[in-house]
Amino acid sequence: MTAFLALIDRDLRMAYRFGADTLASLLFFILCGSLFPLALGPSPDLLRHMGPGIVWVCALLASLLPLDRLFGSELEDGSLDLLMLTGLPAYTVAFAKMIAHWLTTGLPLLIAAVPLGIMLGVKSGELPLLLLGLMLGTMCLSLLGGMAASVVLGARRGGVLLPLLVLPLATPVLIFGAASSYAGQLGASPAAGFDLLGACLLAMLPLCPLAAGQGLKAAVG
Amino acid sequence: MTPQPPPSALPPPLLDVRDVTVFRGDRLVLDGVSLSLFSGDAMILTGPNGAGKSTLLRTISGLRKPDGGTVERQTELAWLGHQDALKPGLTLTQNLALAAKLGTGHMHEVLETLDLTFLADLPARLLSSGQKRRAAFARVMLSGAPLWLLDEPTVGLDVASIERLGAIMAEHRAKGGAMIVTTHVPLPLENTRSHELPSLANAEPLWLS
Repeated sequence: MTAFLALIDRDLRMAYRFGADTLASLLFFILCGSLFPLALGPSPDLLRHMGPGIVWVCALLASLLPLDRLFGSELEDGSLDLLMLTGLPAYTVAFAKMIAHWLTTGLPLLIAAVPLGIMLGVKSGELPLLLLGLMLGTMCLSLLGGMAASVVLGARRGGVLLPLLVLPLATPVLIFGAASSYAGQLGASPAAGFDLLGACLLAMLPLCPLAAGQGLKAAVG
Repeated sequence: MTPQPPPSALPPPLLDVRDVTVFRGDRLVLDGVSLSLFSGDAMILTGPNGAGKSTLLRTISGLRKPDGGTVERQTELAWLGHQDALKPGLTLTQNLALAAKLGTGHMHEVLETLDLTFLADLPARLLSSGQKRRAAFARVMLSGAPLWLLDEPTVGLDVASIERLGAIMAEHRAKGGAMIVTTHVPLPLENTRSHELPSLANAEPLWLS
């Protein structure tokens, strides 16, 4: 457990030190979201209807950005060998990296979603629903993304392959997540969306680290 | 090398490698390598470039699974790869923090021994290649593990640093540790055992029958 926490701590320190990665995905999220009003026109009604969907798609794309470096930089400079030799099982190493990815990408996105949502006219009453859904959703995306990043690790066109792998797998998360966020607008209960989103998270929680661990083993072997 | 069965009075070997065979792609890199390492041993792995020295170390460490044969290890190990694994933006101490947390060594003692104390708060990108190599070696000392696997520890080191490294290795052996070292320069070590890996580069390619 100490080693596991030490690993997360190390990644957080690195993210703090190299803040550019976190900042890049954050700025991408905000910019991407602000482009929609320019293209769709400034109609507040239209934007309010599209708001949650825009936030969800932008969050999905923004969380993809730092994935390429998640394990790539560790493999290049030999750190991954050392991580694999810490005595922790490979899936624990992968899980620690996924948690660090959520803390350095998912959590900042969640915070940035507040101003973006308000900008797009999401009502303050609907905002907590959107954030709760996004919290579960970004966790799912960190797990999926970490898995995909470790699977393509060492492949020559890994960076191109990565979105092609993550995006199809992320569609259920997007569908259920957006459904829960629209519940407020439609006057329906958000419970179904949250239930399915939570089910996705619970399924990914054990499976993604296992698959990612295998990917890491193959990459260093 | 013929594996020598130890007399029953001796403790079991720290490391026992039997008939390890490794393929890379369809190329045979290691062909039935056997060696065993006891407490206090230092084994120098030699062989031409591409003979599989690093591959053997990776197999022993467990990073790679052997395609044939067994590796039995009794103790924890410390690893020095051919890359230094230092993050350029972090200071030396921050780079070594994880190793210090997981290992039993003391940071300031290790830095003192390796003459790195005055660099402790410098970002790793400002270090010279020899200083980086010593920093990477500091991880091995911090781990406190009895078995050291060192892949080219002397790359980029000056004569004085190599001497210091030799003294550190001798002390580790005196305390009951053991090590396997790949190197192309002679190390200031006494009573080493050596194991030469033949180059299999020109060997007949293997076809699945």
